[in-house]
Amino acid sequence: MINNMDLSLVDWSRAQFALTAIYHWIFVPLTLGLSFIVAIMESIYVKTGNEEWKRITKFWMTLFGINFALGVATGIILEFEFGTNWSSYSWFVGDIFGAPLAIEGILAFFIESTFVAVMFFGWNKVSKKFHLASTWLVGIGANLSALWILVANSWMEHPVGMVFNPDTARNEMVNFWQVLFNPVAVDKFTHTVTSGFLLASIFVLGISAWYLLKKREEFLARKSMLIASIFGLAATLLVAFTGDNSARTLAKVQPIKFAAMEAHYYGKANADLTAFGILKKSDKSIGDQKIMDFAFRVKIPGFLSVITNGEKSTFVPGIIDLVSGTDDSTNIDPVVNKIQKAKVANEILRYYTRVRLLNDKETMRDLRKVYFDNPKFITDTLNYIGYAYLNKPEDSIPNVPITFYAFHIMVVLGFFFIALCAVALLLVLRGTIARHRWFLIIALFSIPLAYIASEAGWVLAEVGRQPWIIQDLMPVSRAVTQVSTGSVIATFIIFAVLFTGLLAAEVSIMVKQIKTGPKH
Amino acid sequence: MTGIDLIAKKVFRFYIEGFRDMSSWGKKVWIIILVKLFIIFLILRLFFFHDFLKSNFDNDNQRSEYVLEQLTKTPPKHD
Repeated sequence: MINNMDLSLVDWSRAQFALTAIYHWIFVPLTLGLSFIVAIMESIYVKTGNEEWKRITKFWMTLFGINFALGVATGIILEFEFGTNWSSYSWFVGDIFGAPLAIEGILAFFIESTFVAVMFFGWNKVSKKFHLASTWLVGIGANLSALWILVANSWMEHPVGMVFNPDTARNEMVNFWQVLFNPVAVDKFTHTVTSGFLLASIFVLGISAWYLLKKREEFLARKSMLIASIFGLAATLLVAFTGDNSARTLAKVQPIKFAAMEAHYYGKANADLTAFGILKKSDKSIGDQKIMDFAFRVKIPGFLSVITNGEKSTFVPGIIDLVSGTDDSTNIDPVVNKIQKAKVANEILRYYTRVRLLNDKETMRDLRKVYFDNPKFITDTLNYIGYAYLNKPEDSIPNVPITFYAFHIMVVLGFFFIALCAVALLLVLRGTIARHRWFLIIALFSIPLAYIASEAGWVLAEVGRQPWIIQDLMPVSRAVTQVSTGSVIATFIIFAVLFTGLLAAEVSIMVKQIKTGPKH
Repeated sequence: MTGIDLIAKKVFRFYIEGFRDMSSWGKKVWIIILVKLFIIFLILRLFFFHDFLKSNFDNDNQRSEYVLEQLTKTPPKHD
């Protein structure tokens, strides 16, 4: 079946998942950040008793509610796709994903559904303090829900805390804490939620700027901008800090993704960081893949080594080193060796499966002892079993231009947002923000930029991991289910229509509410 | 009436009043939610998204066999 793999099926299944995930992620980050901004505003209302703050809180809560409601259940489709389009993958990871996703489901259901109701229906029906607590709990619940999804996703980047069971073909969790505190999960959670805080801050800044441009709701706009610029500035600094941590972790656990982010082909110490660059194909190749060169580049000398390990002298391996290997002190195992070892592991697994079907318990016990229960075999060979499915070493290289541009778009916009929030705070504190129309226009048009940066982060995470669906263990092409390509195309079109409709509905209802403004 | 009954009644009334007094945007959003859930759970789930392993195999042993077979087959030429 797989020998006759329909490549268009893999591509359509990928496209279907990417479309669903990208649309889902349009709704999520605003929920993560706006929930806390609303909670901060309501806290000020409860503390001061000023009814203007209640009006401000209710206005942003309305926009939060629209986004929250339209985004609800869009993530469920991803779970459907796991079972239908990625069944081998789904089975292979089942025990690892089961616990985090179950916790996510329970948290999302109980915390969000209970306290969202109090948030919207509870004004004047429950005490001020109980209402405020509910608003905070919605924010905490939404962010905790994200934690469990991100823990599961991080396991795909850096699989830890499990053993592979050759009898069931499943990875079984042996250490929950290792899965939860996976260094990739810690970085990914902090970076992702703080990027949601940032996106929500830019959203509030942009809409408040629109009111000031229209000379409407000036009190609401100024106060909202004050909260959003402080919250946004704190968020951008946290995003930068967690992004830096994330890069350092990537350099260790996914060095080829790290190298692709920078189009860094030739390893060296004192490696330069590209601040801005445009790629072009060079005359050189690695296998059948063209090596990318820079048509234009602004670089920061030695900084790639510094962000990797804090020192300029740190050697940062390039894509060619990671594929072809090195025999100096850096001692990088070439991919061709990993492919050979993985093929041996795959052969042993095949033999074990045959023996198991014959119910030869003694040979099974021996094979488990020598191989599957042997820590050295697991670390050196079994943890790279996915390489058995690669035809040639250069298949281990992700798409360099997409990874590079996604990373640089995200970083450039990140620095822009630091400046935006800082200037907004300064102008609000000086009381002159309404006079700077140029700044208000920039703030308004920064809303789509925040979404672009947020989506670019996910493109980097997912495209940069290719060809793997689970790093080193399973390539995407081996995880896909052999369903008909036609049905995948059909669902792709249905999703495109459904999600575009939802997005159009969200934008139209939100625009109407914004134009109407808060109730007096 | 017990304490639990009273609380349940209060919670029920809280939701009923909440939905009854809902703003126009809230009603619109609820219609969209219901249409969305209908499409997701009835159309997509029922017609397009069968769990492949659950619907094609009777038990976990067979599912394991199938996945192992997929994992250990000779890699294709253009994987």
